[in-house]
Amino acid sequence: MLSIKNLQATVDGKEILNGINLEIKAGEIHAIMGPNGSGKSTLANVLTGNKSYEVTNGEVSFVDKDLLEMNPETRAREGMFLAFQYPIEIPGVSNATFLKTALNEVRKYKGLEELTPKQFLDMLKEKAKALGMDESMISRYVNVGFSGGEKKRNEILQMLMLQPKFVLLDETDSGLDIDALKIVSNGVNIYKNPNTAFLVVTHYQRLLNYIVPDYVHVLYKGRIIKSGTKELALELEERGYDWLVAEQAEVV
Amino acid sequence: MNSKDFYIDSFKKFESKLNGESKLFIHQLRKEALKQFETSNFPTQKNEEWKYTDVSPIVRQSFIPAVNAVQVSFSKEEVGKYLFKDVDCHLLVFINGLFSEELSLINELPKGVVVGNLRNLSKENPGSIEKYFGKLSKIENSFNSLNAAYSVDGLVAIVPDGKIVEKPIQVLYLNSSANEEVLSSPRNLIVAGKNSQVSVIANYRGVSDKSYLSNNVTEVFVDEYAVVSVYKIQNELDEAYHIEKVQAKQGKNSVFNHYNIAFGGAIVRNDINAVHNGENIETHYYGLYMINGKQHVDNHTFVDHAKPNCMSNELYKGILDENARGVFNGKIIVRQDAQKTNAYQQNKTILLSKSATIDTKPQLEIFADDVKCSHGATVGHLDEVSEFYIRSRGVPQELAKSMLIRAFANDVIETIKIEPLKEQINHMIFEHLHKIEVNNE
Repeated sequence: MLSIKNLQATVDGKEILNGINLEIKAGEIHAIMGPNGSGKSTLANVLTGNKSYEVTNGEVSFVDKDLLEMNPETRAREGMFLAFQYPIEIPGVSNATFLKTALNEVRKYKGLEELTPKQFLDMLKEKAKALGMDESMISRYVNVGFSGGEKKRNEILQMLMLQPKFVLLDETDSGLDIDALKIVSNGVNIYKNPNTAFLVVTHYQRLLNYIVPDYVHVLYKGRIIKSGTKELALELEERGYDWLVAEQAEVV
Repeated sequence: MNSKDFYIDSFKKFESKLNGESKLFIHQLRKEALKQFETSNFPTQKNEEWKYTDVSPIVRQSFIPAVNAVQVSFSKEEVGKYLFKDVDCHLLVFINGLFSEELSLINELPKGVVVGNLRNLSKENPGSIEKYFGKLSKIENSFNSLNAAYSVDGLVAIVPDGKIVEKPIQVLYLNSSANEEVLSSPRNLIVAGKNSQVSVIANYRGVSDKSYLSNNVTEVFVDEYAVVSVYKIQNELDEAYHIEKVQAKQGKNSVFNHYNIAFGGAIVRNDINAVHNGENIETHYYGLYMINGKQHVDNHTFVDHAKPNCMSNELYKGILDENARGVFNGKIIVRQDAQKTNAYQQNKTILLSKSATIDTKPQLEIFADDVKCSHGATVGHLDEVSEFYIRSRGVPQELAKSMLIRAFANDVIETIKIEPLKEQINHMIFEHLHKIEVNNE
């Protein structure tokens, strides 16, 4: 589904991604771990088309299309979804309006009919309920006055509504207490299916107890220095990153 | 002939059309105003109050006073396009500032309430007009004296003590001409007696290939415990010139709400002034200016806190695109006597292009020592991270921007208390953003 080859990217002229290679197939869950500043969030932003990040080299194909040629909205309509680390507040725009606009844009792109207001509302209520969200959030402004946990939950709600093929979770666990973490993970697990893939960006192993990855990659200085299975995450939790970094130094 | 001489000269023709009306007291005031006009000049940028607004494009042209111009007529259907719909209201329509009886519809009113037009009422009920007319608005410049000299018509709403006008009064000021540049001079009078309430929707629209000058003066008397709301929506042509001075005087425990939604013109200048004449008064000013092209909007607001225990709250927001130019000057005086004053003021502007500019100036003069006053002015751009967030959900860039702009404007719009009006103003915002028409049907 997603194929990344030698991806290099800079922010403000500073090189952050240094040649990433990664293949993700439908139905798989991958986790990217790494110390602060290793380029985890940059990867998420580059894949979703944030123009603050400049791709200097490499190729990314998504559902057999050139991802890097697409603007952010086209990527989203093709099925790319980023759950933001810091979701944005949009005063004056209700969750319902926002989601309806987004969903109908995505449906229009796929050649589907727009949902009727009732269909949309029924769907929204159902998904909100699955995440234990109060119905009143439907008419509230997007993320305005939401707690950290509510914002993350709202990201997952958007995912459930937009039904993307590929989901990037950018430090979705940061700032969440254990209950919120379970709810958010549960949302992801409800949605998980053989046609979707996930890339979970996280600093800690904790989230991976709930969203169990098929593969774990360690990002360091903009490169994947080690890949393994979920056991690698546990090892990282125990030993930290230093031994890997040392190993890497020996190789170089 | 320069425009000043033209206006002086045109007065004779104007008088010749008045017949019996020239004997009315109001005509004496017009003649006095003309004298003042003769000896005064249009403001220049040397005047501090007009520093950022160059009115010479207006002064260079001679606009034909509407009374002397070819009359334009409209059908109800044509006028309907410009009205705020679904608002249960009294309706007054002025074409180039002159009342159109057949297009207006004034419903049943509480006993003693007068809602009508200046020209008829100054004939039918001169006493009631004379008591208030010109008592608040002093002539400060040639625009004011020009208005007074040609003050033939305008809205008059006189609400006696204790009466509540439940339906808002919608006033459509439609400017149009066949083939000449017209001066319209609406002169409005809103009088709210003790413990009374009234709301006015002042709806300014233009349909013309020609430029015009709409030069307004509005006097608002808000007596003790009265509540007056004025919703001004100025949605005119790019070629339009629009000047208005609002002069309000408030008695104790009264509330004056003024909304100023401006979609621009070639030059738009608003002076909105309120003077406090009692304790426990509230004044609320809300403004939104949303302009593009070469439009210029200058808002000067003023609250004169003369008495203790009063509050004023002001929020003005602007969205400027292309080469548009905005000016905000918010003056607050807290006089020595006005202890325990609460005065808040905010002006926020978003620039959507590199060549849009705003001059913003909060002007607080505080002479009392026990007061709470704050002001803030910000100028910025749309947040790119927010835009990316919205686009990353599949929403196209233009729509993402428009969502953020509407979100920005929402602080002002959500304070509008008339729901259908609020909705239609939101549509207007959308139309201006996307340069398309939203079908209200």
